[in-house]
Amino acid sequence: MSADTTSAVGPVEGAHLYDVDNPAPLIEAPRKRTKKTPRSTRGNFEMAAWLFMRLSGVVLVVLVIGHLLIQLVLDGGVSKIGFAFVAGRWASPFWQTWDLLMLWLAMLHGANGLRTVINDYAERPNTRLWLKGLLYTATVFTILLGTLVIFTFDPNIR
Amino acid sequence: MTAPTLEKREAGFADSPYITATFRIRRFNPEVSEHAVWEDFQIEIDPKERVLDALHKIKWDVDGSLTFRRSCAHGICGSDAMRINGKNRLACKTLIKDINPEKPITVEAIKGLTVLKDLVVDMEPFFQAYRDVMPFLITKGNEPTRERLQSAEDRERFDDTTKCILCAACTSSCPVFWNDGQYFGPAAIVNAHRFIFDSRDEAGEQRLEILNDKDGVWRCRTTFNCTDACPRGIEVTKAIQEVKRALITRRF
Ligand code: HEM
Ligand code: SF4
Ligand code: FES
Repeated sequence: MSADTTSAVGPVEGAHLYDVDNPAPLIEAPRKRTKKTPRSTRGNFEMAAWLFMRLSGVVLVVLVIGHLLIQLVLDGGVSKIGFAFVAGRWASPFWQTWDLLMLWLAMLHGANGLRTVINDYAERPNTRLWLKGLLYTATVFTILLGTLVIFTFDPNIR
Repeated sequence: MTAPTLEKREAGFADSPYITATFRIRRFNPEVSEHAVWEDFQIEIDPKERVLDALHKIKWDVDGSLTFRRSCAHGICGSDAMRINGKNRLACKTLIKDINPEKPITVEAIKGLTVLKDLVVDMEPFFQAYRDVMPFLITKGNEPTRERLQSAEDRERFDDTTKCILCAACTSSCPVFWNDGQYFGPAAIVNAHRFIFDSRDEAGEQRLEILNDKDGVWRCRTTFNCTDACPRGIEVTKAIQEVKRALITRRF
């Protein structure tokens, strides 16, 4: 706040840095639309993603609530969970399918949800690129690893 | 019987309709400072007057540098949308008595658009989105020699969205738009809806394709802020959902 006397502006009280010929920078709105904003992107990806969120959500209600009940509430709650419990459940193709479906749907649903969040909040193109890169890498890794485990699980492992 | 009446009458004479209200206005003038600041103005005003009248009173009697847009002053032109007590409204349609003048009344520029001075924002990005949905009648073939007739039911289909005055209250109340101005925003979708569902128009498919964009209707998160904000009472969120539905069902 100490505008010295040699500055172009006099040492007026409150130190006027800006005037009519030298206005302060405006606080621009994030990612403004302009004439150059790209026109319509072809394809129905956004529509598919929107529909997928709703459809997977409906299926997830059943899968996730069922999962939580079995794992945390029924039959002694968390205390019963152990290698034997998991091995017992994955011996049945029904629970394998359940868990596989839940893994894929929850991961894709959550990843697409986070993609929405990044689109909403990340302002700079580079930030968007990196965050999405990280998100997609983590998603693919988790889905592949989970699928691998469900299919190759060996109850007799030493 | 007589005593209370007399008393009331006397009280009526003594009382003035005027109250002292505080208007806490978000001021910004780039020719003075890079910062926006709150400034309080205390004025005597009849609470049955509108916020716009208070702004006039301040501008005309207290501080002539206060800057805001208004034109019709009667809710028609859409110039004076602003954030009053944290909610987007038209200053010319908001009565002071309806927004609790006991407490300071905050007035700021609408959000998500660049503030140029005080309550004046740069509306260009807003109108760019409006232009991008082609808000005009498009037809093919020869022009008829008479007017283009339409049944009452066909007119009713898009009646709600014809009422828009382009005030930007909806778009600047949308949290998606606040963070990402690339989103078309509710007002552009409302005005696309007005033509998409007009039986005389023949470019509905084109407009639907524009709004199928990554920054189109699919970014809407159904927060209903726009419907709450609209001074014309347009069911904005519903209009957006109708466009989504049209996009999903058009191929089937
Ligand atoms: C239990 C049943 C579930 C239902 C019914 C459901 C439903 C939905 C719906 C409809 C949306 C879209 C919201 C919008 O577009 O405005 C959404 C968004 C989202 N979901 Fe789910 N979901 C469920 C489970 C999950 C799970 C298990 C995860 C995490 C893996 C998850 C993570 C997300 C995220 C991150 C978003 C984006 C948030 C946002 O758009 O603001 N959801 N969910
Ligand atoms: S839809 Fe309502 S709030 Fe939005 S611009 Fe039109 S009149 Fe204003
Ligand atoms: S001044 Fe015209 S709408 Fe308020």
